[in-house]
Amino acid sequence: MTAETLVLLAMGIPLIGGVFVLFSGPASENVRDGLTVITSIILFGVVWQLIQIVDAGGRPTITLLEMIPGLSLTLSLEPLGMIFAGVASFLWILTSFYAFGYMRGHHETNQTRFFFCFAIAIMSALGIAFSGNMLTLFVFYEVLTISTFPLVTHSGTDEARRAGRVYLGILLGTSVTFLLTAMIWTYVEAGTLDFQKGGILEGNAPAGVIAILFGLYIYGIGKAALMPFHRWLPAAMVAPTPVSALLHAVAVVKAGVFSVVKVSVFIFGLDTLRDTGASTWLAYVAAATILLSSLIAMRKDNLKARLAYSTISQLSYVVLGAMLASNIGAMGSTLHIVMHAFGKITLFFCAGAIIVFAHKTEISDMRGLGRKMPITFFCFFVASLSIIGLPPLGGVWSKWYIALAAAETDQIIFIAVLMISSLLNIAYLMPIVLYGYFGKEKPADTHSHGDDHDHHHAPPSHPMLKHLTFGRPGIIAEAPVMCLAPIVLTTIGCFVLFFYADRIRLFLTPVFGG
Amino acid sequence: MTLLSQNISVLAVILPLMAAPICVLLRHSSLAWAWATAISGITFVLSIGLLQQIMENGTLVYKMGDWDGPWGIVYRIDEVGALVVMIVAAIAAVALPYAKLSIEREIPKERHYLVYCMFLLCIAGLIGMAVTGDAFNLFVFLEVSSLSSYVLISLGNDRRALTASLRYLIIGTLGATFYVIGLGMIYMMTGSLNMTDLATLLPEVQNTRTIQVAFAFVIIGFGLKLALFPLHVWLPNAYTYAPSAVTAFLAATATKVSVYAMIRLIYTVFGDVDPFETYGIRGVMIALALLGMFAGSTLAIYQTNVKRLLAYSSIAQVGYMVLGISIGNAIALEGGIIHMFNHALMKGGLFMAMGCVFYIIGSTELKDMAGMGKRMPLTAAAIVAGGFSLIGTPLTVGFISKFYLVQGALAEGWWPIAFMIMLASLLAVIYVWKVVEVMYFQKPADGDLSYNEAPLAMLIPTYVLIGAAVYFGIDATLTSEISLNAAQSLLGGSK
Repeated sequence: MTAETLVLLAMGIPLIGGVFVLFSGPASENVRDGLTVITSIILFGVVWQLIQIVDAGGRPTITLLEMIPGLSLTLSLEPLGMIFAGVASFLWILTSFYAFGYMRGHHETNQTRFFFCFAIAIMSALGIAFSGNMLTLFVFYEVLTISTFPLVTHSGTDEARRAGRVYLGILLGTSVTFLLTAMIWTYVEAGTLDFQKGGILEGNAPAGVIAILFGLYIYGIGKAALMPFHRWLPAAMVAPTPVSALLHAVAVVKAGVFSVVKVSVFIFGLDTLRDTGASTWLAYVAAATILLSSLIAMRKDNLKARLAYSTISQLSYVVLGAMLASNIGAMGSTLHIVMHAFGKITLFFCAGAIIVFAHKTEISDMRGLGRKMPITFFCFFVASLSIIGLPPLGGVWSKWYIALAAAETDQIIFIAVLMISSLLNIAYLMPIVLYGYFGKEKPADTHSHGDDHDHHHAPPSHPMLKHLTFGRPGIIAEAPVMCLAPIVLTTIGCFVLFFYADRIRLFLTPVFGG
Repeated sequence: MTLLSQNISVLAVILPLMAAPICVLLRHSSLAWAWATAISGITFVLSIGLLQQIMENGTLVYKMGDWDGPWGIVYRIDEVGALVVMIVAAIAAVALPYAKLSIEREIPKERHYLVYCMFLLCIAGLIGMAVTGDAFNLFVFLEVSSLSSYVLISLGNDRRALTASLRYLIIGTLGATFYVIGLGMIYMMTGSLNMTDLATLLPEVQNTRTIQVAFAFVIIGFGLKLALFPLHVWLPNAYTYAPSAVTAFLAATATKVSVYAMIRLIYTVFGDVDPFETYGIRGVMIALALLGMFAGSTLAIYQTNVKRLLAYSSIAQVGYMVLGISIGNAIALEGGIIHMFNHALMKGGLFMAMGCVFYIIGSTELKDMAGMGKRMPLTAAAIVAGGFSLIGTPLTVGFISKFYLVQGALAEGWWPIAFMIMLASLLAVIYVWKVVEVMYFQKPADGDLSYNEAPLAMLIPTYVLIGAAVYFGIDATLTSEISLNAAQSLLGGSK
């Protein structure tokens, strides 16, 4: 099977899987869920093979079709894209399992539509990862926005509708006004939109134009949640937690920051950025975003909102690394894509488990909850350490490299920003764990919660959904295995990545140098 | 076959023209419909043949009655003309099968033959406008198509259709009269009515006040017909109250042909005069185009009737086309031309979908469309797809048009205009999403969410157009090639 066929398969499998889900859903829930899992596993198998091929030096390229004379939809694989593709496809498997537990435990409606849109969203994320020119990236970027809209507004309530408007308004607004303009302008200046190492604008446009174009690109990529276009992320928290976990901790936001890195390296080139100084002011914007959103996170009592602002902050780490215009920085950014994905998805999985199985959304209600859901809170603790950036978890390496890049480019202030940010991370993540294990439970009844749906107390029938009650019968118990297993696996992932980071760094050498 | 290929250009006009009175003779509704549909099908095939011929052999010149120009009437068809003919014929060929059920729903049976007769006349008039190379012949066909469209609009089942048609009649006749006054002045100064002949004669007299005034008259004349802001006031009512099939057809063709006429005047008749430079009207045209884009989109946001919303959207889209013409380089002109084609597909499909909505629920008010996503999922999906095209999402034709227009603006270095094109698209997001939210997020007043979809005979033509709007957004190589050739030959001067 040639590499090109594998690429086509990688794009086609989620699409076909999604269509099968669409048709089997109304008939049988179990068939539909089984199909989702099988699709995700096969997909990761294909992506893993492609990673091996790219690791060995292969660069499979396919032209899907010619859209306009001179511009085609082209897929062209290289290490940076494969990192994103690998993370997204691997975590899709775990999220599928988690989603079954969550959606069934929550008695959600419209599950067929949900899993179908999920598959399309994953396909578009892969399209972004594999894109060979800016047009292809833009097309899949927009498809991702549109396919995730039904996921964000899944519950159909007025609140969901309003959140959907913010989501679509900001993402479409930035992409149409800034990104599309920048893309067409690039085409006019450079005559091509192909991704090339070292960029395509060198010598084709004056420095001033390059600076403006770069600003348009970075703000045009609204999915990177750079302030002031970050409001869509907390708004999207109205979605069911599997959506928040995979899409807004992994696929959608990572698509955003991945695009930032890709544009910086392959449209502009890090050398061009350094020479023109086009990225310097944006590094400060990223730094401001890191600190401001951490401060806002500290003030949020709603767990998902706090995690949303934490995500905004962490995304700006990736942006900062790219804006430092150095190879080490961009490599740190890419590493952070992986580390943060594993860490954040764990945190969101835990949040979802707490919402569905303990019926708690506000952190102040979660005192003492750690004693009832010890495994969940332990995983939350480990993932928080990764986000904070402490060994032996993976997050330490990405922070390390970004700090190194700041030192190398004589921008020491950013090291300070990273340190302060780590302290702030401790301040808004650790209390959740500490109060969970050692806090005194509020005497209020267990029905004080923020969600407004009515829950059915009949126990779910599926054996994998039986709660682990640790011998203490009661309404609140540890999450069922179907949800707990993915949580534990991603937590182990955070730990494994500590040792695996160097292998990833090696994989990226063709892009970022030794 | 040689006889056919020699006369193909005139056949495309004569066929519907001669066939129209036969509809009057065939009083019976279904017979008249079948006849009209058959004729439109044949015309469509002819138009494809015409386009192919032009693509291979270049501009076609046909002398009526073998009289030489410039005294005889000469038909002259180049790429843009052939494209417009194909648009009209294609939309007609799709709209007529659709029309059977739609007209039965909206118009009393004894009037059906009139509808189909006027339809054929309108087709003949529009195609005639696109093929002719004589300026007065243009006026004749303009009036043929206009008069038949006034009748078509007045047959709508809302009482306001009559008033809307009257208003359109008055304003449209104003437009035609302006054109003929301007033409008269041109004739007086040059002694010719043949377009290519005028192109050679006009540069000598270009700075006389008569010709300057004449130019203004002809541009305003067609500006009225194509609903250039602020000459658009007839359009919203006319599109809203006309029968659905009529709106679908007119929205997709009438304004496009008038845009084509304006292109012909600016780039062929006055081509060697270069009116943008000589008369300094580029700024005015661009300003009016931008105003139309923003006014149309903004007004669309506040509409409660979806047909009216789409009508205002059409005014904005015409602004895009005029912008493409006015920016003046090959890419922008290519964008304007390709948008004629793309908009015909989008709007035709959208108005057909609205016709399906009216067929089932008897209303096109937004509030009555609540829950449409569940009740009529296929129709709702068509509206969403058409809406995405209006916004300009990639993988739809709207994206292609915008791409070229922005490229054209940026190639001139006019980035504020590029931004404004993008901002106008954002306004489209607002009014499209209004409709999407009502269809998918609101429950209908009576709570009835049972499935009640429009008949296949209406859905299939709708999906043909919407499907084409997606297809030509994914693979725009053919339309781009045609439009680029058209733009280049227009800018190359008149030959």
